[in-house]
Amino acid sequence: MYALQVWIGALLTLMIFSFLYKDNPFYKFAEHLFVGVSAAYWMVVGVWGTMVPNMLAKIHPPLVRNILPALANAEPEYHYIIPCIFGILLLTRLINPIAWLSRWALAFIIGYTAGVRFSRYLQSDFVGQIKSTLIPIVAVNDSGFSIGMTFSHVVLIVGVVCGLIYFFFSKEHKGAFGAASRVGIYILMVTFGASFGYTVMARISLLIGRMSFLGEWIGMILGWFS
Amino acid sequence: MSVVQKLGNVDRRIIFLLIALAVIIPLVFNISFMEHPTPIVQVIFDKIESLPEGSKVLLPFDYGPSTAPELEPMATAVTRHCCKKNHKMYIMALWPTGQAQALRIIENVIEEEFPDKVYGTDYVHLGYKAGGYGLINTILADLKKMYTTDAPGTHIDDIAMMSDIQNLRDFAFICNFSAGFPGLKEWVQFAGDPGDIPVAGGTTAVSAPLLYPYYPRQMLGMMGGLKGAAEYEAALVHQYPEYEFVYQRAIAIMGPQAIAHLVIIIFIIIGNITFFIEKKRQKKIG
Repeated sequence: MYALQVWIGALLTLMIFSFLYKDNPFYKFAEHLFVGVSAAYWMVVGVWGTMVPNMLAKIHPPLVRNILPALANAEPEYHYIIPCIFGILLLTRLINPIAWLSRWALAFIIGYTAGVRFSRYLQSDFVGQIKSTLIPIVAVNDSGFSIGMTFSHVVLIVGVVCGLIYFFFSKEHKGAFGAASRVGIYILMVTFGASFGYTVMARISLLIGRMSFLGEWIGMILGWFS
Repeated sequence: MSVVQKLGNVDRRIIFLLIALAVIIPLVFNISFMEHPTPIVQVIFDKIESLPEGSKVLLPFDYGPSTAPELEPMATAVTRHCCKKNHKMYIMALWPTGQAQALRIIENVIEEEFPDKVYGTDYVHLGYKAGGYGLINTILADLKKMYTTDAPGTHIDDIAMMSDIQNLRDFAFICNFSAGFPGLKEWVQFAGDPGDIPVAGGTTAVSAPLLYPYYPRQMLGMMGGLKGAAEYEAALVHQYPEYEFVYQRAIAIMGPQAIAHLVIIIFIIIGNITFFIEKKRQKKIG
């Protein structure tokens, strides 16, 4: 069974890689298969991971006696009917005459998301980041003045300030202000470069993972012949 | 066409082939390099190492098979370390695919290498729950409100190690393995900051730059991509020499990684040189 899984995985991997040469029916087949299987997988996960334990098991627990016996004797929580109704309202988006009903569910989702994330973003991404920038320019550790840490702190403070200056468009970028803005651009470019480098590393890692898997497949074939 | 023009117009399939060879050859010949943990990774290792034996550690698995090559090595190393220190591991997932990934770690690390660990006493698999950051928000106040059973279906009140867990504040440390949203950022925003709980974790290399601003005040440490995983494995091997002879996947894969990066750097340099030479030539003609 494991050998069959490896063979299917290896053949599909090679079909996808064949696109690097040029588009072809094998690639198209593998791509369509992936889309179809993904859609089915997420639907199954949605039903068994969310709807069964979070809806059926909450509203009418005896219904899941054979699936989740631990929850079958719980007290029903009828307030779960409310999100159930909102879920159905969302689906009305597909029925044109009553599509306007889905706006109520969407409004709830948007309102909740905005409310919850607003306070956390303000706390962690705004106030938290300001706090993290309020560091001493001259860094001192247990053994006294630390030139490495001082340099690090200076780069951080200058980088944050100049980066923010670049995005301040209420004043013309001339003179000292313009120079600081230019430094900000360079800081941003370094950030984009680092981000690009990390992205390359991620993609190469995934490639190595696939190559490693193909190596396992070839090893399996050679094992059969030896 | 001059040499410069030819170099500037190399068929991309040749580049693909060279990258493939740069990956395959080191894999075949097991070329790898020494790794040394950087402070941002070492701090995670030191945290798990310094926690008293039996500390409660939450391990959320927020990734899927597509990012497993980067995240599974670090998840393996951290879980191994927690088992070695006899910490109590609470495994959960914000991603549906995370539940299956966590099961792989349980089978390949905990059950295989530490057969004395007892499910329900030393580790528990709480499974996947929908909700993302909303779930984190809820379990910060009341964990059992959302988790009524574990992944296999046992009632939460029947699991010994869940008896003294009310919410996220009962955990000594949260070490998240995340591939995107929801992930480490959400754990920092919705658990670490409001709950004052030490949060660290590993992410894919793509997400790592976005999380550096949280280090070190809001996020204890971070393992960024395969490099971060290799550094953690190196720290583990340094502290526990018996693991020197156990296959360390991230360290092994960093060899092909480094050589592939070198090939890409060479191509970037060649591309830039040909660009500037061509620009100069066009200026002369113009």
